Amino acid sequence: MNSSPAPLSAPLPPPPAEPVELEAGHSLWSGAWHRLRKNLLALCGGVAVICLALLCAIGPIFAQSYEDQNLDLGAVGPNAAHWLGTDTLGRDLFARMLYGGRISLMVGLVATFVALVIGVSYGAIAGYVGGKVDAAMMRIVDILYALPFTIFVILLMVFFGRNIFLLFFAIGAVEWLTMARIVRGQVLSIKRMEFIEAARALGFGRRRIIFRHVIPNVLGPIIVYTTLTIPAVMLLEAFLSFLGLGVQPPMSSWGALIKDGADKMEEFWWLLVFPGGIFSLTLFSLNFLGDGLRDALDVRSAKD
Amino acid sequence: MLRYIGRRLLEAIPVMFVIITGTFFMQRFVPGGPFTAEKAVTPEVERNLLAYYHLNDPLWKQYADYLWDLTPKRFHPFALTQGFDLKEAFGIDFRPSFKYPNRTVNEIIADKLPVSLELGVLSLGVALAVGLPLGVLAAVKRNSWIDYVCSSVAMTGICVPTFVLGPLLVLAFAIHLGWFNASGWYGPIDRVLPSLTLGSVYAAYIARLTRGGFLEVLHQDYIRTARAKGASEARVIFRHALRGGLLPVVSFLGPAVAGILTGSFVIETIFQIPGLGREFVNSAFNRDYTLILGTVILYAGFIIALNLVVDVVQVWMNPKLKFE
Repeated sequence: MNSSPAPLSAPLPPPPAEPVELEAGHSLWSGAWHRLRKNLLALCGGVAVICLALLCAIGPIFAQSYEDQNLDLGAVGPNAAHWLGTDTLGRDLFARMLYGGRISLMVGLVATFVALVIGVSYGAIAGYVGGKVDAAMMRIVDILYALPFTIFVILLMVFFGRNIFLLFFAIGAVEWLTMARIVRGQVLSIKRMEFIEAARALGFGRRRIIFRHVIPNVLGPIIVYTTLTIPAVMLLEAFLSFLGLGVQPPMSSWGALIKDGADKMEEFWWLLVFPGGIFSLTLFSLNFLGDGLRDALDVRSAKD
Repeated sequence: MLRYIGRRLLEAIPVMFVIITGTFFMQRFVPGGPFTAEKAVTPEVERNLLAYYHLNDPLWKQYADYLWDLTPKRFHPFALTQGFDLKEAFGIDFRPSFKYPNRTVNEIIADKLPVSLELGVLSLGVALAVGLPLGVLAAVKRNSWIDYVCSSVAMTGICVPTFVLGPLLVLAFAIHLGWFNASGWYGPIDRVLPSLTLGSVYAAYIARLTRGGFLEVLHQDYIRTARAKGASEARVIFRHALRGGLLPVVSFLGPAVAGILTGSFVIETIFQIPGLGREFVNSAFNRDYTLILGTVILYAGFIIALNLVVDVVQVWMNPKLKFE
């Protein structure tokens, strides 16, 4: 029925005169990088995030101190000496925004890291162990999902003083749930694959299999949701700071600056517009980067 | 289905118990109390205060008494229509407030909750009324300039948080243009800016989810069949695709309602709205034990109940899911 296997009888192609350059293999990462490079918005987001982070990290060395006051000056609008104007205490707004950015970005990174560690371990263990343990662990996550967590973070911050380390933990403790769900789903599908079977046959323990063999293979989704958790965390920090529960003066974060600006916007619009602008810009960049990474790494949506 | 609802309600009891216990003991074991902020009172006054609030009893007795007061003892849900008093309706007594000694927490809730509810319902209305059409439009006109405009608007809604958008709206429309009042909660016009602000983020999420949901549904065979049979585009969208396309939105409504609830803390602060959200934040600052507990319990109950409703609606809309 089949036509004769023509390719076999066809003459072999002449041997290459000189060695051809072998095409480099496409790993998951190089393919993802290739796709990401084509996504202009995501690239812009990534570059903007890096620039903002560098600016906040290095900028304060050159700018005036965020505590430098010039009370005679009071609040003046943007001018040559103070690019973004000064606040009511005569402090340079640009410098304060750079210092505030340090805190906001640091909260974003540290709290996300806390959420990452809890969420990944929890999800991986639940997914890998499976059975009743998994059912019970995920039930707990379901219940926690339904709780008004922001309310508890508010209570914690009021009761235990507004301590920045507590802030990291309180926010991280809220944001790990989605990560746990995603990692668990991924682990469930990976643990049935042959290489896990092979690792088990080699006699490796559970812990080693989970942390050395399973987790590296769910890195894609983890990276994507880490990128998307950072803006969520920063938003929560700014929300708390806006209520007066976040970072306390004279330290400042973007949320605290926005609060300050909102109180004084009637006379001094720049105090609201610039901090609000830089904060929104950061959220935009991180979200575009995260969306781009999701497309590039081909991760399905969190709702599955 | 009734069994499912019953089981979920039973499950809610231990959850509420943990919330009440956790909040009760957390606020007792941290330094400071409701009377530390005030001017030093004479020992006699302090003794009377402690006695009035039963703070002299051993802690376990205070806790047990409080739990007993919270236990529902009757069931007259229609009493809720005449003022939102949980004591009339279910016999739930949240006790007198610490900060406002002449008022009970029940009264404060009955007073402030309707304001927050109105704000929440209006915001959810804004979110649906703006988000759904944007999302459907973006999905139907996929990869056209309409799609890009809708998606950019949605992204803007997500990335400009309420506490930036709210003050900016006030600055532009109340202070400069003078169309609205900058704050207050009197006439219908005072509802516009707060509900727009609070609804914006959820409108954005709903638009994105609707777009995604519709894109997935529009690829299905039954949509092609409907088109092949000559159904008009409008009929395809509203008659055939709507139900499936809205599923992601329905599952998002639970988190959205919880978010609108907590979002109201900030909105009520920005616009000076006399709602329960602002009352909750103040109560936390004031260490008003009973008011904190009352609002936390109320919010938790709300969120648990709404999640249940959302789950039931979800199964009703998608026969593939089952009550498990």
